[in-house]
Amino acid sequence: MNHSQGDSLSWDLKDGVIELALHRAPCNELGSLTLDEFEKFANALKNLAHEAHALIIHSTLSSGFCAGADLRELYHRSQQMAKGEAIKGVREFLERTHRVLNAIDAAPLTTIAAVHGVAFGGGFELALVCDLIIADKMARFCFPELRLGLIPGFGGIPRLKRDLGNSVVRDLLLTGRSFNVTKMQSVGLVSQVVAEGEVLKLARATAAQIGKFDRHTAIAAKQFIKPIPYEELRREIDIFCELFSRPSVEAGLRKFVESTDAQPYLP
Amino acid sequence: MPPDQTLEEILSLAASHFKVPREKLSPDDDFFKTLGIDSLQTLDLLTRLEHHFQIELPDYELQGVSDFRTLATRIQARL
Repeated sequence: MNHSQGDSLSWDLKDGVIELALHRAPCNELGSLTLDEFEKFANALKNLAHEAHALIIHSTLSSGFCAGADLRELYHRSQQMAKGEAIKGVREFLERTHRVLNAIDAAPLTTIAAVHGVAFGGGFELALVCDLIIADKMARFCFPELRLGLIPGFGGIPRLKRDLGNSVVRDLLLTGRSFNVTKMQSVGLVSQVVAEGEVLKLARATAAQIGKFDRHTAIAAKQFIKPIPYEELRREIDIFCELFSRPSVEAGLRKFVESTDAQPYLP
Repeated sequence: MPPDQTLEEILSLAASHFKVPREKLSPDDDFFKTLGIDSLQTLDLLTRLEHHFQIELPDYELQGVSDFRTLATRIQARL
């Protein structure tokens, strides 16, 4: 099947490129309906990946890429359950979400998040599973979870930690485009810039410093920063559920759901 | 940039982007009401202001700010 039309998302495979379009108003909030459809997509992706070399995730809504988890659904559902049952439900939701996002993260093709407008919370985390994030100049990224007394629950922290640095390498490698030194420094790849004619001198000084460290330790440090953070992703779920059990979270969710504030994502 | 010019540029940008006649906007207007914008549109305005003035304006700087004049002073402080 090369095409699927859902209520929250649709996908289409054409010329080796899968386009996954998000289209659940108001801004692609990630709730149970969207997760059901993401799971179907993740299953389909196993076969689609044989025919495709790239996946693009984008939103067709003018409001933005994705405003994050559906907090209204989370609040209303948890209100209908006993505390223990609500926490169990949240854990199951997170584990299902992680399975989907891990599948996209590990998919054997190049994945691209095409972001416009807001990519907040879970929306930012969805973008972070992609190999490349392409954004228009009006895009905005945010992790607002702490205002609810929570941490990002869809893998945001481990992936951001992983990606700061090597996402730039993926961009360079997979697109083949060139960056100037200003760009390289702004993304953290170039740590120092010196005047013309001084670069060899600086390189030698840096090499001398590096040579002071044990080689085995330096290699271990390099390896530590590269693996996919499955253990941290699992730990994130534990921490999220632990935090979710606190009364302040319920109060924070209620405040958000009932808020008419123009900046409801701020405490 | 003189403060009056900052204020005028904010008013012009808001009028143009949200398609409100410039003469309908006054410095002391509550821009949420005058422009009729929601939380996502507020973020959009914030981003446009950052690009226009080439500044970084943290969201929390706008908390409690609802009129153009105060908004202009916050932006002016970062120019």
